[in-house]
Amino acid sequence: MQGKALLTAAIILLAVLGTVLYFQATGQSKVERLTVATTTSLYDTGLLDLVEEAFEKDYPCYDVAFISAGTGIALQYASRGDADAVLVHAPPKEFKFMREGYGVNRRIIAYNFFLIVGPESDPAGINGLKAVEALTKMVEAGRAGKALWVSRGDESGTHSKEKALWKMAGFNPERLRGEAWYLEAGAGMGKTLLLANEKNAYTLSDVGTYLKYHGDGLISLKVHVGESKELLNVYSIMAVNPRKVKEVNFKAAMALISFLTSDKGQKLLAQFGVEKYGQPLFNPAVKTIQEQKSSQVAQWIAEYAFLEGEECPAQYRRAQP
Amino acid sequence: MGEAFHLLASGNHEVVAVTVRSLGVSGSATLLAASFAIPLSLAIVLKSFRGKPVLLGFFNAMIGMPTVALGLILYLLFSKTGPLGPLHLLYNPVGIMLGQAVLITPLIVSFTTSALEAVNPDVRLLARTLGASNLQEAAAVVREASTGILLAVAASFNRAVAELGIALMVGGNIKGLTQVLTTAIALETVRGEIELGIALTVILLLIVFALNLAVNLFKRRLG
Amino acid sequence: MADIVLELEEVSKAYGDVKALVDVSLQVRRNRILVVLGPNGAGKTTLLKLMAGLLSPDSGRILYKGNPVNAGLSRQLRRKVTMVFQRATVFNTTVYENVAYGLKIRGLPKAEVEERVLEALEKVGIGNLRDRKARSLSGGEQQKLSLARAIALKPEVLLLDEPTVNLDPSSASAVEAFISRIKPETTLVLSTHNLFQARRLADRLAILFRGRLLEEGEASRVFSSPTHPEAARFLSGETFF
Repeated sequence: MQGKALLTAAIILLAVLGTVLYFQATGQSKVERLTVATTTSLYDTGLLDLVEEAFEKDYPCYDVAFISAGTGIALQYASRGDADAVLVHAPPKEFKFMREGYGVNRRIIAYNFFLIVGPESDPAGINGLKAVEALTKMVEAGRAGKALWVSRGDESGTHSKEKALWKMAGFNPERLRGEAWYLEAGAGMGKTLLLANEKNAYTLSDVGTYLKYHGDGLISLKVHVGESKELLNVYSIMAVNPRKVKEVNFKAAMALISFLTSDKGQKLLAQFGVEKYGQPLFNPAVKTIQEQKSSQVAQWIAEYAFLEGEECPAQYRRAQP
Repeated sequence: MGEAFHLLASGNHEVVAVTVRSLGVSGSATLLAASFAIPLSLAIVLKSFRGKPVLLGFFNAMIGMPTVALGLILYLLFSKTGPLGPLHLLYNPVGIMLGQAVLITPLIVSFTTSALEAVNPDVRLLARTLGASNLQEAAAVVREASTGILLAVAASFNRAVAELGIALMVGGNIKGLTQVLTTAIALETVRGEIELGIALTVILLLIVFALNLAVNLFKRRLG
Repeated sequence: MADIVLELEEVSKAYGDVKALVDVSLQVRRNRILVVLGPNGAGKTTLLKLMAGLLSPDSGRILYKGNPVNAGLSRQLRRKVTMVFQRATVFNTTVYENVAYGLKIRGLPKAEVEERVLEALEKVGIGNLRDRKARSLSGGEQQKLSLARAIALKPEVLLLDEPTVNLDPSSASAVEAFISRIKPETTLVLSTHNLFQARRLADRLAILFRGRLLEEGEASRVFSSPTHPEAARFLSGETFF
């Protein structure tokens, strides 16, 4: 009797221990872990799977793990030492993160444009307009009961962008919330697109999620407003300051930054999505910033995503950990 | 749907890896939790002490703990700058396992306590008069309650394998390392991989159904 | 005296304010049957549980073969003294496993366990039920199983608490016949509220009333000339408990 009970206990213990050891063995090999906190919209495109594969091939000593979260939480993770680098697209939040001493060595790696998408029939009549004008017409059509708008409503980077656009158009997004035509999804981009599709409504989307959902036939919404200054979306990567947050893997973070800004990394970004959707999801930003300072997009990037006139001012750079 | 079943039938490597990891993490979490929750329940039932109702009430209340809330607490504990940071449990399957064990402990304690309390008290006297030691007496009570305890353990495994909050907050859904069925379903669906999401959902349901079927068969055998 | 197996010295036991037993002194002799006679609520079950080591006394001493039994030794007592409860209690296993339980926890080899289980089942006449689920048996069969489970252990003292009270008449007489059969080679304590059963079975008789021992002695002597007036009135059939 007692022997049996002891045997059972021993088996249970062995099973648990075995599992723990197995996970430890598979999880912590000789390679170093590099944890990158990123936003859901970027993660959801599938780009990072390719980045991981290509980076680990060039740098076999590192094992990259992307943690997908909202911009705010991603930065929180980093400030607590749970990520070595952050890959986000919310310049004002990035500036704050740098000023607080957490973010260093910021590099802008890519850009694209948010899209205002809506039903093909375009009941609000915004097709081809500039973003600000389109939103003004949107409000008119909404109040006239002719069109609906779906807001992300989840405090994500895309939602911040949307709120900024409303302000540019002269509306207070907090006031719009009470109006009948202004719906809130409170969910990620994919769900918001599905909701807008269901309701025949307009919404603001990042290009990656839109192309994916559209390409897979999940939504029939059309792009009405695309490339314009107000809809610019800029992606950057930062290392976490090892002097401020102990135990972060600064070296690995720098390796990823140099990989993403290298010709090889930039080419990877530029080609992503071409095969599947017939057009790229991201435009490489490094050359645009360095070589085509006079181009319109380069100026837009500088105005929208530069801190104190620079991609990364000298006081936020660290050569050594 | 077609592609979903193709993913299942073809034994897609990623699907298999995620399934095995889910079973391993939640299975060992259940064993771990059971290995201390059942003795704890026994102590609660067999010993009389002050504060017993309070303790039981605590465990009953903890059953309803939202997994995201527990996930957040565990994240703060396991975070590199948190109190348990040096153990490197964050973004680690072992961390998910411990978190799920914590999650289901109240469930096992509560259900097991009920099962043990339902055992005829004369069984304890019977074991004693037949010469049982305290430990053997406890074992006899456990055996009498074995159906109920088995159900408690099975229900706990179901909760562990189907929970999302801890796996996401503590595990981070890292491919090839901490991605489990629920996090994969949640994140793959959001990124539009609905076929993969369906395939993983089917697997999750199969696991839960198979377990419940096994428990029911076993229950019938015990009578 | 060498033939005193179990002895109670001024033992008292109370449950809260209720005094179950007050200053009871009693001896159990080898290979004799002591019948504890008393009405419901007299304290018979408490007395047997104390003897079985399932309860500890509030005051007084219990001696097993001359050695006082304290809390630490009660398990040793429980390995020598086995009690069969008034209401048959069975484990939720087969008949065989029920009887084998006590033998297995004593660490006996498998072959001996099997031999003793089968022997005990045959003795009480339920050998044919060995693979049945114990819970599926009738009340009479469960009581026989309880007896088999106890005698399989070959206890120094066998305590039977109202062994026939919950049974139909034919099961009751079968159990009583079995008790008569094992009587010569077993040290027995049997509690009953049934005067006639006491007359049929007792070697020695103890009369318990409201937790007090009224009279104790050789059955023939107590039946023929009781000293305590209350006991005398009961034994003459004047009062029913």
